[in-house]
Formats: sequence, structure tokens, C-alpha cells
Amino acid sequence: MAQQIFAYILHKDGTADDTALELIAAAGVLNPDASITAIVAGSGTELDTVCQNIGPRFDEVWKIDHEALAYVNAEVLRPALVRILPKASTILIPHEHFGMDLAPGLSVKLDAAFLPDVFGLEGIENEKLKAIREEFLGQVSTHVLCDVSNGVVITVRPGSFKADESRNRDIQIVDKSAEALADGVPGSARRYLEVVAAEVGDVDITKSDVLVSVGRGIEDQDNLEIVFDLAKAMGADVSCSRPIVDAKWLEKSRQVGTSGQTVKPKVYLALGISGAFQHLGGIKGAPFIIAVNKNPKAPIFQAADVGVVDDILDFIPELTDRINEIKG
Amino acid sequence: MEILVCIKRVPDTSENEIEVNRDGTDIERDDLVYSVNEWDNYAVEEAIQIRDKVGGSVTVVTVGDEEGEEVVRREMAMGADHGILISDEAFTGSDGKGISAVLKAEVEKGNYDLILTGAQADDGAGQVGGMLAAMLDRPYASLVNLIEVVDEKTIKVGREIAGGNQEMNEIDLPCVLSIQTGINEPRYVGIRGIRKVASLEIPVHTATELGIGADAAGTSAARSKRLDYFVPEPGEGAEILEGSTDEIIDKLIELLKAKGGIK
Repeated sequence: MAQQIFAYILHKDGTADDTALELIAAAGVLNPDASITAIVAGSGTELDTVCQNIGPRFDEVWKIDHEALAYVNAEVLRPALVRILPKASTILIPHEHFGMDLAPGLSVKLDAAFLPDVFGLEGIENEKLKAIREEFLGQVSTHVLCDVSNGVVITVRPGSFKADESRNRDIQIVDKSAEALADGVPGSARRYLEVVAAEVGDVDITKSDVLVSVGRGIEDQDNLEIVFDLAKAMGADVSCSRPIVDAKWLEKSRQVGTSGQTVKPKVYLALGISGAFQHLGGIKGAPFIIAVNKNPKAPIFQAADVGVVDDILDFIPELTDRINEIKG
Repeated sequence: MEILVCIKRVPDTSENEIEVNRDGTDIERDDLVYSVNEWDNYAVEEAIQIRDKVGGSVTVVTVGDEEGEEVVRREMAMGADHGILISDEAFTGSDGKGISAVLKAEVEKGNYDLILTGAQADDGAGQVGGMLAAMLDRPYASLVNLIEVVDEKTIKVGREIAGGNQEMNEIDLPCVLSIQTGINEPRYVGIRGIRKVASLEIPVHTATELGIGADAAGTSAARSKRLDYFVPEPGEGAEILEGSTDEIIDKLIELLKAKGGIK
């Protein structure tokens, strides 16, 4: 197995993403003796700050510095990576929106195998890597055996490996900019314009102590009324999972998840939410989670403290009535 | 604008509980309800809306067994102009790269300005769009939740990034995009719509017609192989409240009060 493993580092405002140390842990499972090389793309002093900060954690840091990478565009970065990565490389990339842009095409250009959204690794034997993934929105898992003899691009699910903070090395920063961009920055056929910030809704769920969160199990927009009634009885705010926003039943600002809001309530009541990892990724601060779902196998029951197996359409009104009775 | 949308027939996770079969070699496929992958359905709706605005045509294509025809027909009932089923025993066991290679061959038979896929399907990989774009040497953007046609050569796309924010990009055509759910509201397809397209001939393209050899797709080309399906040993998990609904509610209210969940 590869003695050198590459980890792509996401960063913002001069700070490396939490996934940087998680990728070290994942690399450690692949090969405990590997030399782990961070690859960081960006521009100017912000990039240098990131390289200095993560430097001690990695055996080497390769930086790609160009003003055109101040906001990294996967279409520009991909050919640069292809130029600097050795043949049959193993490269770990966080499985989030940038990784999803970059990684599948990178595996094609490197003629490497591709393992997407991996959350467990079981080691390598005879150049075959055994990894664990999920299918069907987390309802079942699978072991995948992957031929890595010609290299592999692995996107690693954020939060699935525990950050490895143990390493402390002399900082070795290698400027790869000239080699990576030897032919200049490609006049990309995709040009970054701007980031449009999320609309602010009438309720700021990131500040709520108690959230009543509703998912696909509510079945119909008209049924949302019972959720708002319950929230009112509890003195809570209403949030939701992605399908409710996709259906335009509630505004985007109420969506909990990696593509929505990150919330830090004390109590989180998940109603008819299956519990996909993208949803759970938006719940921080270890709240007390209560899940109500008619499917006893819903992944949400793994994340919850307390569960009720029931149809929310029956259960919610009864719960609301009882709370209102008690409160008189 | 000539638009190709790549779609997949998948077990519908909102209609089925997915369970692993006894020996873990597959999921239980008896009595599964299949439908078009949800993300793909948004992609087809978007293609139809673009066509209705600027003209052109929408073609839907799927790689699968003969039952794939059912989802092609459904999306034609929705409003796609043409449908193609790519089907060949030789493609069984393909990994993402194999499927992308097959689609690349199909793309090269046409003259498409815009190629759409769903951002992900039942296997949660989100790989085919990006691979297809790289194989075609065309620009790519994933997780697209907004498309605006600028002119014949250029479109503007929004991508869904973290925190509900949207990243805006300009992309030259031809390009490949993967479509995120929520980009539009897919129209309802009724029985009558399905009946209208029931007798349309849907061409079937095979490995030979597409010039795809065993080195490009199928089991022998696949570098990734699924070994099994399993349900992870439940960790600590939730304490499931048992009893009558009244008893459960009593217990729940007690807990809510203790944790500050009722104000």
C-alpha cells in the first residue's frame, strides 16, 4: 500500500476545516506507517496561515498558491492536481460540496479507482481496499472491495473518523504552485461569480433551545398545522428536514442539515425524519434527541436518546392535547 | 437547446423499507416499489422548463435492464421528447466508471448542449455526472439548484453549498450538471399522461451499437465490487418507549420537562 497518502485540505478565512484531522485518522487506517501529505490550494497570506497551522500534523504540506484560487474552483484545480500527483496515488477528499465537484472527475483523469462517501475503512490486502459505505439513504450499509493498484480517490464522509490530533512534526511546506500551474491557470470554462448568502427567515432556528423538527413522515402540507400546534404547546420553534423544503412547504431557513442550518438546541424532537447523515450533520451541541417514526429501522433511532415507534400523524395531536391539558 | 437527462430506475425509499436478504447478498427485492430516482426527476423537470423557454428538445436515457423502459416512459409522459434505453447483459456489474463510459458513448452519438444527471441516486455515490464530464472533457458543476440560460453559449448556475448558501457560476456550453432536489417543483404525471406515451417505440441501444467493450464496462472493468449488504449492529441507540400511547406520552412529557423541552 501507498507509503505516501494525500489529504485534500478545505479551509476558510485562514482556518483549516475540521475534516483535515479526520483525513489523517482515515489515512492511518489505510497504512499506519504512511507519510501523509496535505494538499492545500488557495492564495496569499490566508493560504500561508493554513499551511503553518496544519504543518505540524502532516509529514509534508504541498501548497498551490495562485490568485485565481482565492475561491477554489474544482475545474481549475483538477488539472493542477493531475499534474503534481504521482502515478497510482491514494488521495483522500472530504465528501461535501467541493469534494463532490472535484473527486469523480479527478479519478477519471488519474485513471484511479473511486470510492465515494466512505465512512469506514477496513484495511488493504493484495492491493484490494475494503471500505464501508451506505446505500438507500442510510437504510443499509455495504462493504466494497476496491482494486487500488492504480491508485484511488476516496471521498470521506465528514465526521465519520475521529480527528487525529496526536501528530507533531517539523513543518515541511513544499510550494508546488509552479509545477501545478506549469501551463498557467486554465482559462476555465466554468467561472466563479459569487456566493449568495442564505435568506434569513422569520425564525432563527440556530438560536432555538427547543426544536420540533418535521420530515417526510408528515405526508402533506396541510398536516403541518399539527406540528405548529405542538411547537406552540411546548414553546418550541419548528424546523424541518430537506424534503419539506424541497416540496416548498416550509422556507429554507428552517432546514436543519449540512446544506441548511446548523442548530444547537437543548432538546430536539424529530418527527417523521429518517435521519440521513446530512440531516444529523446539522445538529450540534449534543442535544437530547427524541425521535418519533413509524419505521423502527429508521437511522434516526441510532442518533436519538429516546424513540417512539408510531405514526406521527396519530401521535402528534395526542401529545399536543396532553401537554395543553397539563398546562391548563 | 438539446438536452440529455440521464435517469435511473431505483427502489423508492419513500415507499419501501429497504431490508437485507437472508445471506446479505442483496436487498429484499420482492414487492419493492420502483420509481425514477428522485434527483433525476427534478433534472427532467428542469430540462423541460428550459426547453419550453428557449426551444430545443429533451431526451431521457437510462442504463438498465428492460424494466428501465418504465421510467423512460414516465419521464416522456412528463414532457421529454425522446427516450432511449441502453440495455445489455454486458453492462451488468458495472461500477460508476463503467456506467459513465456507456453514457459517454451515447452522448457522442448526439449533439447535446446540456447534459443533466441527478446529484445522487440509490447508492448515494454522486459520481456519474462528474465522471461523464471528465470523460467528455466538458465543464462540470455538481449540486445545481438554479439554472439561467444566458445565451446560446453560456448558462449561469447556482450550486447548493454549506449553510443554505448558493455559489453562482457561469459555465460554457456544452457542459454537464448534477441536479439537486428542490431546484423546481416536478409536475405530476397522471395515468392519462402515461397512457398517451404507452405505445411509443423506445429504442434500445446495446454494447455493440455503442462500441463498448468489456474493458470499459461490466464486471471485468469494475474496480469496485460490492461484497454484501448489511445493517450495522445497532449501537447504543435510542431507548424505545413501550406501552400504550397514553403511557408513552406520560413518559415522554416527563422527559421533556426534565430536559427543558416544555416551557
